This record gives sequence, structure tokens and C-alpha cells, in this order.
Amino acid sequence: MSVVSLSCRECGEQYALEASYVCEVCFGPLEVRYDLSGLDAAETRRKIQAGPASIWRYADFLPFDKPPRSALGAGMTPLLRADRLARELGLGEVWVKNDAANPTHSFKDRVVTVALAKAQELGYQVVACASTGNLANSVAAHAAAAGLESYVFVPSDLEEQKILATGVYGTKLVAVQGSYDDVNRLCTELSSDRDWAFVNVNLRPYYAEGSKTLAFEIAEQLGFEVPDRVVVPVASGSLFTKIARGFDEWHQVGLLDRGAPTMNGAQALGCSPVAQAFEAGHEVCRPVRPKTIAKSLAIGNPADGPYALDLARRSGGSIDSVTDDEIREGISLLARTTGVFTETAGGVTTAVLRKLAERGDIDPSERVVLVITGEGLKTLDAVRGTFDTTVVEPTVESFEAALSQDLLAAA
Amino acid sequence: MSVTVKIPTQLRSVTGGESDTEVEDAGTVGDVLDRLYERYDGLRSRIAEDGDLRRFVNVYVGGEDIRFLDGLETSVEDGDEVTILPAVAGG
Repeated sequence: MSVVSLSCRECGEQYALEASYVCEVCFGPLEVRYDLSGLDAAETRRKIQAGPASIWRYADFLPFDKPPRSALGAGMTPLLRADRLARELGLGEVWVKNDAANPTHSFKDRVVTVALAKAQELGYQVVACASTGNLANSVAAHAAAAGLESYVFVPSDLEEQKILATGVYGTKLVAVQGSYDDVNRLCTELSSDRDWAFVNVNLRPYYAEGSKTLAFEIAEQLGFEVPDRVVVPVASGSLFTKIARGFDEWHQVGLLDRGAPTMNGAQALGCSPVAQAFEAGHEVCRPVRPKTIAKSLAIGNPADGPYALDLARRSGGSIDSVTDDEIREGISLLARTTGVFTETAGGVTTAVLRKLAERGDIDPSERVVLVITGEGLKTLDAVRGTFDTTVVEPTVESFEAALSQDLLAAA
Repeated sequence: MSVTVKIPTQLRSVTGGESDTEVEDAGTVGDVLDRLYERYDGLRSRIAEDGDLRRFVNVYVGGEDIRFLDGLETSVEDGDEVTILPAVAGG
């Protein structure tokens, strides 16, 4: 198999494939290193197509010697052609990758599937995470399925739907009185002295690999082709950079005729450290205190900020931000043109696509993929009050009266 | 006066395994770090570069990121807790 070691992204120092995430020489992030030279393109493609209908069909590009089994799984979500959305935005070809169609309704099932498999391989009994909500749902569910004990740390002001959809799995839910960045700091401190697998702290190098499977699926679903542009939400920047990495790895092996396309990142204006640094021409992000309805993207101190900035610039893309009102409009636009109801993060992504279209950044000949990472039912407050309901008595007369008064005209 | 400094796992190989330590008579976070550099051989190059902190190192005073305060010029008082942590977690 192709997985080799952990390697520091900054200085290249090599480490064993254990639960570590920081280079001891320079404090840079560790990443999984592979040797893909032994993979034959045609054989690999056959193996993928004959593989299971989950992320494990891409096992050659995931950090395991032997593909593990996972109880809940993730992946193989629909890629939908969104012609009505494209028409409304004056674009040629738009596709929606609907990752709300995962077991706990967000892309986090991909990263958690990989992290929990690694936690089990390394012999951990307890898993944990610092979460803005979707990860909490996912860790709680996958831990329950695997029979592992779990601790889930979230900011105490999280949306009720995300709290309820986490606690139900029997996890130990810890609501921290602070922002996500406080939660993250606490978990980083706790991971120093506890023998727990924090999926996005000490297992982060493995966890992050799961995000590459979004690129693999998009490419496979397009017939082993790379789209011209991908629009992705940015919180820590990990998903954004790993999607590009996925395309690049397949290009390296010869499964694709090119690597990562133009990469556009999407942030909420109320938490836009990466978009601000992009606009200012900075190489690093200055942390911010988040204030946005897009709580799943509310990371004020993004770990992969410098790499997200570099990727956006290198690929000819950008990192843009949108207001809370634009986010609500984005949710509505996606719902009424594609039938996909997304959470606030998807509203951010859709609104940024609209912004790029209006700005003239996207050529009508381009094939664009919009990555929708989560489910609208988790952030219902965002759509409350955005439409009217017509109330009638249970009689034909009452209904017809309402109809004739144009009360239903908008429906 | 003295402040407590919490050392992350990744730096304990240079602190002889110590997970926290006391620093006396330091006025700013920069002073605190300078004392630590004198005390622990090899610490400076791990977390600092060209006189500033490396970009993947976070330092907190009382749980607050020093980039929201005055950076290395942030003043410290008796009993404060200074925490050094890797920045690459989360998300």
C-alpha cells in the first residue's frame, strides 16, 4: 500500500504513523505522505469502480495499510446537475455536490470515518473532538456505531438542532462557555495529557485526509474529469486545501489529465479572516472574533489559513465573503432552483457563487462545482420568517377565496 | 511576582519533561519567553523565527490569544497563566 509516514508540511521532517499532529522541530502541521509511484492508472481505476459504495473505494489514497471496515461509513453522495441555478446566475454548467446526503448529514462523516478507523487501529478506547456542530453530530454517531466512548466539545451557543442531534447518540456532550476558538484551545490543552483520540487535534493529519474523497467523488462522477472551478466553504481551510490535494494526487497517478482547478473559498463576512487576508494580500490570517449566523464556519483562528490563501492565489481563484442576508438568500436560491435545502454554510457557498457570477469571474463555458457541505434542517432559524404561509378553513370556499385574493400568488 | 507557563507536549523534550514552569519578574510575554529561552536550550528555534513567534505557535495569557492583546508586548501580572500551544488544531 502507498501510505509512508507523517511529514511536516513546513520543514519536511518525517514521523511515524502515530497520533501526532505537530512537528517537534518547527511546530508546523504534519501531513500523511504517500508513495503513489506503484499505482497503475488503469488498474487503480478498475479497482475504484469495483470498490464499495463508500469512501473506502478510494482506499489506495487513504492512510491505511489495510482498508478498515467502518460501521456507519460515508460518501458516494449525489452530484446533481443544476441547470436552473446556472440559468438564474447566467452561467453555463453548474453541479451541486450534495454532501448533506451523508449518514449525519454533513461532509464531516468523511473525515470522521477516516479518523475513527485510525483511532481504532492505534488502539484508542475514547474519541473526542472540538466542534462547531456538524463534527459533533458525526463523532457522536460514528463512535456509537463503533462502540467507542466519546466526548464532544461545542460552544454553548450552538444551534439547538445540532445539540439535540449530538446528544441523542449517547455521547458525553460538553458545552463550553466560549467561542469555537476557546473550545479548540481547551481541546488542544486536554490532548496533551489525556490518552484520547481527538479527531481534529492529535488525529488531525488522518482526519483531514477524508476530505480528499470529495474531490475523488466529484472527478469520478464527472467521468474521471476535473471541473474548471470548485466553490468550497472555508472555516479552518482544511476541506478547501484537501479537495485540491485530491485532484492533484489523481493527476499524479494519471487518473486525471490535470490537477486542481480554480479554487474559490467562501466565508461569512462576520467570520472572514481568510477572505480579509486574501483581499489585503497577506500570507497569514489575523484571528477574528466570529459574529455570523454561519456557525459551522465560525472559526476565527483558521489552522490552514496560510495554505488556503496560497491555494486560492496559485489556482487563480479567490476567497470571498458574504453577509448574513446574502447567506439567507443563498439558502433560498439553492432550495428553489435545485431542491437542495442546505444549512447556513451552504448558503455562504451559494451566495459566493452568485457573487463570482455577478462579478464576471466565471466564463459561461466553465463547468463549476458547488460543494454543499451540510443539511438545512440543522439550522432552521436561518429560514424562519423568510416566507408566508396561507391559512384557510377546511372548505373549498375558503381555499378559493384565498386563491382569488392572490394570497397564494407567491407560492 | 511570578507567572506560570504551561508547556505543550511537543516542547517537553526541551524542558526535561516539565509541563509547567514559573517565571519571576517578567513585564511582558516577550520577557517571559526570553527567560524560557535562557532556561531551556533549543527552545527558541522551535517556536521563534527572526525575533517573532513562528506562524504555527499560539500564545495565550489567561486564555486570551495575545494577537487580540499586544502580541509579545502584552503585559503580564503576578499570578497570570501563559499558555503555549500548537496552532494547527481544529476545523
